[in-house]
Formats: sequence, structure tokens, C-alpha cells
Amino acid sequence: MSFGQLGYDVAHLLGGGVLLLSFVLLYQRRIGAVINAFATQGTLLALAAAWQAHAQGAPGLYLTAVLAFAAKGVLIPLALHAIVRRLDLHRSVETALGVGLSMTAGVALVGLSILVVLPATEGARALAREDVALALSVVLLGMLMMITRRNAISQVIGLLSLENGLILAAIGVAGMPLVVELSTAALVLMVAVVAGVFAFQIRERFDTLDTGSLEEHRGEGR
Amino acid sequence: MPLQWAIVFFAWGGAVALAAVPRLRTATMLNVGISAVFFLLAVALALQPFAQHGWTHTDALNTPFILVSAFVGLTTSVFSAATLDQEGFDHWRIRAYHAAYQVFMGAQTLALLADNLGVMWVAIEIATLATVSMVGVHRTPAAFEAAWKFFILCGVGIALALFGTIVLYLAAQPLLHEETGLSWAALMGVAARCDPNTLNLAFAFLLLGYGTKAGLVPLHSWLPDAHAEGPVPISAVLSGLLLNAAMLAVLRAKSIVGANPDAIAPGPFLLALGLASVLLASVSLWRRRDVRRFFGWSSIEHMGIVAFAFGLGGAAANLAGLLHLLGHSVIKSAVFFGVGRAAQAKGSQKIADISGLVATHPALGWGLAFAIAGIAGMPPFLLFVSEFRLLTAAAAEAPWLGIALVVGMVMALAALITVLQALCFGPPTPDAAGALDGWREAAAAAPLWLHLAVATLLGLAMPGALGAMLAEAARIIG
Repeated sequence: MSFGQLGYDVAHLLGGGVLLLSFVLLYQRRIGAVINAFATQGTLLALAAAWQAHAQGAPGLYLTAVLAFAAKGVLIPLALHAIVRRLDLHRSVETALGVGLSMTAGVALVGLSILVVLPATEGARALAREDVALALSVVLLGMLMMITRRNAISQVIGLLSLENGLILAAIGVAGMPLVVELSTAALVLMVAVVAGVFAFQIRERFDTLDTGSLEEHRGEGR
Repeated sequence: MPLQWAIVFFAWGGAVALAAVPRLRTATMLNVGISAVFFLLAVALALQPFAQHGWTHTDALNTPFILVSAFVGLTTSVFSAATLDQEGFDHWRIRAYHAAYQVFMGAQTLALLADNLGVMWVAIEIATLATVSMVGVHRTPAAFEAAWKFFILCGVGIALALFGTIVLYLAAQPLLHEETGLSWAALMGVAARCDPNTLNLAFAFLLLGYGTKAGLVPLHSWLPDAHAEGPVPISAVLSGLLLNAAMLAVLRAKSIVGANPDAIAPGPFLLALGLASVLLASVSLWRRRDVRRFFGWSSIEHMGIVAFAFGLGGAAANLAGLLHLLGHSVIKSAVFFGVGRAAQAKGSQKIADISGLVATHPALGWGLAFAIAGIAGMPPFLLFVSEFRLLTAAAAEAPWLGIALVVGMVMALAALITVLQALCFGPPTPDAAGALDGWREAAAAAPLWLHLAVATLLGLAMPGALGAMLAEAARIIG
């Protein structure tokens, strides 16, 4: 597959779409909209995996695509909406970091990942290395989201979108063994994190999902 | 089925069986039985010649750690059987606790055994999930915070490690067949011809990712809380075993990058993280009021010493690092047996509330005093040998860094001795209600003394076969 072919272009389009939604996640303030943006990102990721399955002739990746769509496009967003309803967080608006500032930081991180990945991977094929650059951007933006949000559900969504970046990297590297197994294992971890939000029911104990309030419970008090 | 897989699936099968047992006494006894058979299987595995079986392998580097894991797993199950009723679990938690324990043991062993880096990643993930649920099991606000922090930080950590693994494959892809693509042995074979820049990128992510799990500063903040909130036996296996698996993962990554002459030298990164860990921990130890958090910070210090040793590199320092990892596993789990039992007996984890143990509980008090002296690096225990060897190597190769290390170690030593005196020799504080009966008190103290005996034996008279194996392992790390 060489530069300018359809397979290359579509893979880039989908990868770019995933990255774009990372920016949407960064600036959205309302929690319901954040969850919907995450659902869209998961669906795009599933499409990207299905496209790679087609382009690489690797049928196993179709399984990754189906799992990604079912879990990240449908089930996890539904579960998160249910938590938000139960905890009555619909109207909560967060202002951890201004929109302009988080966007600037996000663009800087994308620039950083391109500067880091492209020179470092000169030996690899063009498609793979540009996919890895996109994926690293998604990973870094996920981390940025985890840092700038103080609400536990938004932080979890940051982690989930970080993991979307990992899957994007894994499916882009043609011929990587165990991709399906690894992406499934990563998905299990993410499902467990979401289950953790249910199990720990932080709201119930603390009357807030603001993880800042957790800091008071270090067990080091007098 | 080869023994490598049999041992892992034996533990996981045991987890399924234990999940079905609601009675405390039956479950604890079954857990001890499974751990005993697991230990025998590990010994049998160590006696076999080194071999590779598909995704797993045994070599001089992982075999000593598998033995120590199985040993600590067995003694911890005995301690757990003696003291678990103090945790006040209902029958669901008894099932969950024992199942999580064996899932952790299986996953931890698989992480050590794995040749395939993808399998190793999955195993470390499973071990993390098994322990997270146990850290939060008491459902107090502090336990929630500890579990949440553990979960989120280690979630990010292992996510970064997976990214590093993918980039590592990208580096080796042009030189490898698909099936062997993530095999550590195969990657070692082609590492010298891989693209060095891609290897650097992979190493950065692997070090950050697995370094989080190993508790290296600045990625450590989950560690003290996670060690303080779960049931006591979980603290012992977290500190004694999980940190080893994570450190070994870092070493596997280091050896691949180190095999490429054009790639960045991995040593200085480990040196910097290690020194930062030792120095920060040596200061933080002075500010702790909670005894289990105190020893959690001490684990950070020891992981720092280990990272320093491997960062220094060379046969002598590597051997010191390996000895230190083994010694830390054996002695730190003994310390957690001691402080865990003491905290139960006194009804509090505050250092101020636990005092004069030697007067009120002689077997426990003296055992804990020796264990803390051991973790502080006093002779005749193994950590004295490893620290002595490390300082000798550091004096020869990097004297200025060695001085910084000594400053940290001495400050930590002073903090440990202060706490030793407070816990064991101060004026006795009153016991909480609900003392154990005689034989269970003995069963709770026996693992502590057994660990001290093993640490002394390894310190004074290392068995020849084990010594040769460790010397070979020091060569593998490079």
C-alpha cells in the first residue's frame, strides 16, 4: 500500500476523526455531552478497526471492531449515562481549565507527538508511523483530560479515550501478533474501571464526585 | 500441558474452587492447601532444565523469583488463615478474597514466566485487577480513595506499557516473523539491528508504564495507600511479589534496549528514578503516622535502591540488585506480617497507638524488631549483603552518585530504627479486645520467624545452585 491510495486515505481519515473527538472531549463541559462524544469516538474507532481488517486482510480485527463498537459505542456510554442519572449530575458544569487553555495545550501535545514519533520511526512503513503519531496524540490528549478534570466520571472517560488511542496504535501496526487478545484485555480493564465507579459509589459516600474531596481521606489524619 | 502453564492454571482453578466456599475455616484451610501444592509445583519447575514453551519460558532471571513468589504465597496463606477473622468479612467477601488471592498468585507467576511481552502485559493487568478489588474491600472512605488511586494510576501506567509494547514491535517488525513478534528471546536476538530511535521511544513508555507499577518516584503515589488499606496479607503480597514482577518487566525492556549499541543508554534513566525514589522516601518516612503507610514508603525506598543498582549495570551491581529484590520480598512480607498482626492486636494502625510490643507480645515483638532491622539493612540478613555489594560497586563506578545514595539510605535507616524503638520497646499500650487463641497466635508469628530464618540463610550461606543462577541472571540483564 503506497502513498495516495484509498486504503491509506481512509485509515487516516478515521484516525484523524478519533483525534478530532479527543479535542471535543477536551472542551465539552456538560457531562452528558462528554459521554456522547466518547460514544462517537468509540464508534469511529470500531470503523477504523474494521477498515484495517479489510485493508490488511486480517479477519481477527473484525472481532476487535465488533467488540469496540458494542462496548465503547453502546454499552459503556449507556452505563455512564445511567450513573449520571442516578447521581443526578445532568446539570453539573465543570470549569477545571479554560477552553482556550486546554485547546492550546492539546495542540501542543499533538505537535509534540508528531515531532517525537515521525523522526523516531523512520525505519517503519509510512502508514504505520503516521498512525502511531495519531494514536500517541490521542493517548496524550486522554492524559490531559484526566489531569484537567476533577470529576471522577470525566477522569474515567479520559482514561477510556486514552485506551482508544492504544487500540488505534495496535490496529495500525500491520501484522502485530495478539492484537485481538491484547485489545480485548485492555477492554476488560476499562470495563472494570467503569464497574469500579459503580462498585465504589463515590457519590454515595462523599456526596460529590469531585475527586478533590478524596484527598481528605488519606488515613493519615490524627 | 507443560508445567509452566499447569502451575498458572492450577492457581486459577483453585480460585474457582475457593469462590464456591463460603465458610471461613474451610476456605482458609483450602487456600493453604492450594498454596502448598503451588509451592511444590514451583520447586518442580525450578528443578527442570531451562526451556521455552510457546509464550512462556524459564531462565536464570525468572526462576529465583518464581520460587520466592511461591514461598511468600504459601507463608502468607498461613498468616491469612490465622488472622483473617480479624478482618470481619461476611461470606461474600471471604469468597472474593480467597478467589482474588489465587487469581493474583497465578497471574503474578505468569507475568514472571512470560516470554511473550503481550502475555506478560495481560498477566500484570490481571494481577492488578485482582488486587484493586481487595484494596477497597473494607469500604471505608480511606479504602475507597486508596483503591481509586491505585486503579487510575496503575490503569494509566499499564496503558502506557501497552503503548510501549506496540512501539517495540514496530521497531522489530521488519526483522521478525509474525508469530515470534513479541517474544522477548526473539526481540533480544534482533535488538542490535532494530531502528534505535524507535527502541528509545518504546523504552520511554515501557519504563514509565511498568515503573508506575514498581512504585518508582514520581509515579509512586498509589503505593503507600494501597499497602495501608487492604487486608494485611494483600499488603504482604503486593510489596513482596507484584513489585518484583513490575521490576522484572522493566529489566526485560532494559535488556532489549541495552543490546542495541546505537540506542539511548537505559542506565541513567534508572539511576535517576532510583535515586529520586530513595531520597524522597528517606524524607517522607519521617512524616508518617500510619505504620502500614510507613512501610509502604519503605518499599518505595527499596525499589529505588534496586533501580539504582540496575541503572549502574555491570555484573556486580546487577547481582546486588537481584539479591536486593529477593531479600526485600522475603523481609518486607515478614514486616507486614508483624505490623499487620500488631495493628490488629492494638486495634489501630497509628504508630503512636502501637508501642511496647516486646513486653505484651514477645514472639511478635522480637520478630518484628528483627524484621525491621533486616529491612533497614542490618546484618546478618540478605539486604545487608546486597546493600554492601551495591555500595562497593557504586564506589568503584560512580562515587558521587554513591554518596547521594548513602545519604538517602542512612536517613531511611534512622527513620526505621526510630520506628523500631517506638513499636517494639516503648511503654506498652493497651490491647484491643478479641485476642487470638494460643495456636493461632503462634501460626500468625511462625511465618514471620520463618522468613527471618530464610533471609539469614540467604545472607550467610547462599546455596551454590541459587548463587550460580543469580550470577547468570546478572549477565542476562547486561
